[in-house]
Amino acid sequence: MNKPLQSKSTTGSYLIDPPGLKSWLFTLDHKRIGLMFLVLVSMALALGAFFALLIRTELTLPGPTIVSEPSTYNRLFTLHGAVMIFLFVIPVIPATFGNFALPMMLGARDVAFPRLNLASLYFYVIGLVFFLLVLIFGGIDTGWTFYPPYSTSTVTPVILAVVGAFILGFSSIFTGINFLVTIHTMRPTGMGWFRMPLFLWGLYGTAVIQVLATPVLAITLLLLAAERLLGIGIFDPKMGGDPILFQHFFWFYSHPAVYIMILPAMGVISEVVSVFSRKHIFGYKFIAYSSLAIALLGFLVWGHHMFTSGQSQLVGMIFSALTFTVAIPSAIKVFNWLATMYKGSIGLAPPMCFALNFIFLFGIGGLTGLFLGSLATDIHVHDTSFVVAHFHYTMAGGVLMAFLAGLYYWWPKMTGRMYNLVWGQVSAWMILIGFNLTYFPQFIIGSRGMPRRYYDYTRLLEVNPEFTFYQIISTVGGFTLVGGLVLVAFILLRSLFVGAKAPDNPWGSGTLEWQCNSPAPHENTPAPDDVGDCYDYNDLEFDEQTKGYVMKQ
Amino acid sequence: MISFAGLPLAQSGGFWLPDSATNSPAMDPVFYLILGICSFFFLLVVGLMVFFVVHYRRRPGVVPQKTASHNMLLELTWTFIPLVIVGAIFYQGFTAYIRMQTPPPNCYDLRVSARQWAWQFIYPNGHIDENLHVPVGEPIRLTMTSEDVIHGLWIPALRVKMDIVPGRYTSTWFRADKVGTYNLLCTEYCGDEHSDMLATVEVHTREDYDAWLKDAGNYLKTLPPAEAGKVLYQRRGCFQCHSVDGTAGTGPSFKGIYGETHDMADGTTAVVDDNYIRQSILEPQAKVRSGFQPVMATYQGLVSDDDITALIEYIKTLK
Amino acid sequence: MTESHPSDEKPNDGGCKAPHVAHHFDSAQQQYDSAKLGMWIFLLTEVLFFSGLFCFYAVYRANNPQVFVDGHHFLNTPLGAFNTVVLIFSSLTMALAVRAAQLDRNRSVVCLLAVTILCGLTFMVVKGVEYKQKWDHHMVPGQTRIAHWFSDENTQSPPKKFQPDVQYVREHLEEAGHADLDDEELAQRIDNLRSYMGIYFALTGLHALHVIIGVGVLCVVLIMAIRGRFGSHRFTPVDMTGLYWHLVDLIWIYVFPLLYLIP
Ligand code: HEA
Ligand code: HEA
Ligand code: HEC
Ligand code: CUA
Ligand SMILES: [Cu+2]
Repeated sequence: MNKPLQSKSTTGSYLIDPPGLKSWLFTLDHKRIGLMFLVLVSMALALGAFFALLIRTELTLPGPTIVSEPSTYNRLFTLHGAVMIFLFVIPVIPATFGNFALPMMLGARDVAFPRLNLASLYFYVIGLVFFLLVLIFGGIDTGWTFYPPYSTSTVTPVILAVVGAFILGFSSIFTGINFLVTIHTMRPTGMGWFRMPLFLWGLYGTAVIQVLATPVLAITLLLLAAERLLGIGIFDPKMGGDPILFQHFFWFYSHPAVYIMILPAMGVISEVVSVFSRKHIFGYKFIAYSSLAIALLGFLVWGHHMFTSGQSQLVGMIFSALTFTVAIPSAIKVFNWLATMYKGSIGLAPPMCFALNFIFLFGIGGLTGLFLGSLATDIHVHDTSFVVAHFHYTMAGGVLMAFLAGLYYWWPKMTGRMYNLVWGQVSAWMILIGFNLTYFPQFIIGSRGMPRRYYDYTRLLEVNPEFTFYQIISTVGGFTLVGGLVLVAFILLRSLFVGAKAPDNPWGSGTLEWQCNSPAPHENTPAPDDVGDCYDYNDLEFDEQTKGYVMKQ
Repeated sequence: MISFAGLPLAQSGGFWLPDSATNSPAMDPVFYLILGICSFFFLLVVGLMVFFVVHYRRRPGVVPQKTASHNMLLELTWTFIPLVIVGAIFYQGFTAYIRMQTPPPNCYDLRVSARQWAWQFIYPNGHIDENLHVPVGEPIRLTMTSEDVIHGLWIPALRVKMDIVPGRYTSTWFRADKVGTYNLLCTEYCGDEHSDMLATVEVHTREDYDAWLKDAGNYLKTLPPAEAGKVLYQRRGCFQCHSVDGTAGTGPSFKGIYGETHDMADGTTAVVDDNYIRQSILEPQAKVRSGFQPVMATYQGLVSDDDITALIEYIKTLK
Repeated sequence: MTESHPSDEKPNDGGCKAPHVAHHFDSAQQQYDSAKLGMWIFLLTEVLFFSGLFCFYAVYRANNPQVFVDGHHFLNTPLGAFNTVVLIFSSLTMALAVRAAQLDRNRSVVCLLAVTILCGLTFMVVKGVEYKQKWDHHMVPGQTRIAHWFSDENTQSPPKKFQPDVQYVREHLEEAGHADLDDEELAQRIDNLRSYMGIYFALTGLHALHVIIGVGVLCVVLIMAIRGRFGSHRFTPVDMTGLYWHLVDLIWIYVFPLLYLIP
């Protein structure tokens, strides 16, 4: 494992040192910024989930259920998708755990550009405000994909949302620049590239994508806004423009964006699986390189969202072939995690439970990606709830589970409190069951003929009477899922008040952030000159007295 | 296992896919192939995971065993096996796709025009219908375009889907081998009534189809005048300028105009009665309603007297 | 990526850091490397941002070549060329400013930065003149709307499209050798002009925004220079601003022929 830090810091916990509201608002401390991001993205998640529940309730039965107008429903799924994507999954892991843990894992005092980091937080807040304005002005109804010419002709305040997404893009770019530079220039002398914790490889891959893809989305959204406002004509077929061009540019960002989401999530899983199996991570280099492979290959496959858009067969073929190649690095990671667990000593604390949930659910999500990547089958299931199920299994089943795993994992270091482990396990079970009940039926009805973004399916029942049954199951599952998440929130919030004081290293991790006090002190302590192997757990042992791991005597 | 439930039924739908209307759906075998592979790998991964969790669970006194921290051969194995497998899936999917996309030479051509939120299927004899009628067993090619935003045509039973884009033509083809009625849906989100933009595919025998097509053009005979008028209102494009819900467009709304007295641009007034409507259609500039531009073109020679009667009857019903 | 500078090897003052080294860096060298890498990555995002725009341009031009032929007659090429020269010159002064900072010539730094800023302002003034001409002939996208916001007459929302001065367009096209256009052709030309102006304002507008930001940053750097903050031990801010300024120039060097010089 990493050699213990030479001296433990003498400064107080970062939560109270320095004190005062102002010191929080203008803080340059990466830990505080990470924590504030955590609060904000959780709020975004709750907002998105609120829309999700309305969607689910509406779809339960045929005909209008709680939403009486299709236009309202269209606003619901658009807001749900846009909030979840732009405000939740894209920033979630880098901005929270990335910010919190990255410098500490490197033994650095902070990220390279702390002011830029704070700017990133404030840009996020401004973006959030824009989305709230969208809500106040009645919501938008374009779908999160903003396809023109619909998005340039609808009467809803599309420009506000587009500008919001544009600003959030800056937030994302700033984080990316910061992480790239920090990892490049601030690694301690003893930490070569292949000594870094794998979480950092995930963040690194993500940062590469953020920096390379986001500007392209930015210009695309800007042109969309200009088109709406001034009638420029780049996307308007009546003025010689090309609506399909927008789709190409949109997916050139948004496909890599799904890897922005999943790479850090996979990084979290790599850490958690190794720590809780008490085993050295298996195949470090393959996992590290596969992160880079995903980041780079991910740029070449955007056309798989457009197989039915009328693009030529040759183009379709190329994109399909490339799509399959990105599946390989994911497969490598899954198998390496399994190999890490082999002959380990697997402890089922909540972080590990959620990591297992991740493997289960992301496995389904990723494997169903094969149906979508294959040309013949995508023609049939494109734009159906099969796709909806696929991306919830990957985003909610993947990223959200990894987020919860990370949350349970770093919570003691972030707050200095332990939560109730048994209830944590209960929440994992509840979410696993609720999740499958919600989305598995959507695979079935999707391939049987249920399109996505449909307010009502009454008229489909004549041919597909079974839809009602599956939709009901899906809604019941949805509420179970929400129950599980609310339970998570409850467990964690409760720990703040009644939780036991957290030991410095409750899980026996080898990475540097666990070598300091819990909650982390204000001043990070620099890394020792000789950083050891962070996946070597041999010289750690459990100490009954502190309920945490300490160096073997 | 539930995931295998559909396998034996691969030919005509099953648990996973809707019944097929063609005898040789190129897509279905690929779908079940991928389903099989996915089920296998899912069971493998989750099976191993559960086994490890149970077998190597943490127990007092039991320490993790020392194993290698990497193994090149093993890792290359689980890089290449999936690579070969996805290669196979790609190949199957691609060849099936080519078969699905390449129309045979002797297709029967129909045109499709989509707009918010209705379908127009245009038949060789000029008839326009809101449903798709096709003869059984013959290859049909659809050439499609949109008048406003992007739509998508999906016929689940035939496994065809293609987006319909304004300003260009896309096309797709299929062959329905079973007489019957199937769903046709819009799958590209297109606004408020997206989920209502539905039609049916009626597959007839060739004789029935010919008979239907002969009659179909004749809706003036087969429908009551007011309903025929409604059809004309759509087909002749009156809807582009005249709404029926009271909102003024380029032209005045038809709602409630019958029997009203209107001010004309030249300062006179006129009562909207049968003759006024007739004149408005044939000589629109003769009396121009105040507040509107005289932009309506004459329909002289384009509509018959019966058509006009039907339109008048339709306008009367719009109270 | 990081080219080496004569004074790259700043003293690594082990333990006792120079005052301008932020608390989270170990050494001035690390701080300098970080700033440089960060700046390059930022420039990369800018390049990608404009590449996207150029891609849109390329596709649109490939699909509608006539739009560009018709539209470019309405640009003032001499003014555009003048601006190009101004910017290239400013790049030179900027580069010299960086050099001067490295060589501890503080006075030259101040002068050169001031000249660079003046060039940037000249560019903006000329651009302003060009924009004003477009406005006067009703050729700014969304002009009817913008004008509408500032007047309180009409309550109905005006069309998005601008209505150029038809007589002017006709005369101008005749001058450019397209005589005897009938009404229909003229209407077509006007449509083309609309699309063209959309693209013109998108490209030059975004570029102008970058010039404005650049001038703003240069002013800050200038003030720092006047206060004598730079020298061979510390010139990162001048260096970084210089990189940004060169990028802004470079983009204009692409924008100019793409919009003004169309065969
Ligand atoms: C976190 C997000 C995320 C992730 C990681 C992925 C991962 C993948 N996605 Fe997904 N996808 C989305 C989010 C994501 N997707 C979203 C949001 C959409 C829809 C957007 C919209 O339209 O609104 C979408 C849509 C989408 C489409 C377009 C569908 C359509 O609209 O018609 C396609 C098509 O190819 C696709 C494919 C894939 C593939 C091949 C992967 C692969 O990377 C998956 C790789 C993983 C595995 C393969 C599983 C693990 C491996 C094993 C268990 C070992 C065994 C493996 C083998 C033998 C191969 N996705
Ligand atoms: C990360 C992305 C994400 C996530 C997590 C979710 C989560 C959920 N989504 Fe999501 N969904 C999308 C992204 C996401 N969705 C996108 C992009 C679309 C497409 C939109 C479009 O078509 O344009 C979509 C569309 C979509 C549809 C299809 C609509 C249609 O096409 O007609 C449906 C229908 O069932 C649905 C349901 C749900 C449900 C029930 C959840 C549930 O999983 C929600 C559960 C989550 C919670 C209940 C959170 C509760 C949180 C708290 C209580 C705070 C807790 C705080 C802490 C733990 C710290 N979503
Ligand atoms: C290009 C747009 C356009 C189309 C297409 C169009 N109209 Fe009109 N119509 C107008 C306008 C503008 C007016 C009002 C000025 C006038 O009276 O000429 C009008 C007026 C009328 C009126 C008189 C209404 C009143 O309140 O005074 C009738 C009746 C009418 N149209 C019928 C039709 C029918 C039937 C069709 C289709 C077969 C049709 N129009 C197609 C633009 C159109
Ligand atoms: Cu038309 Cu959806
Ligand atoms: Cu994708």
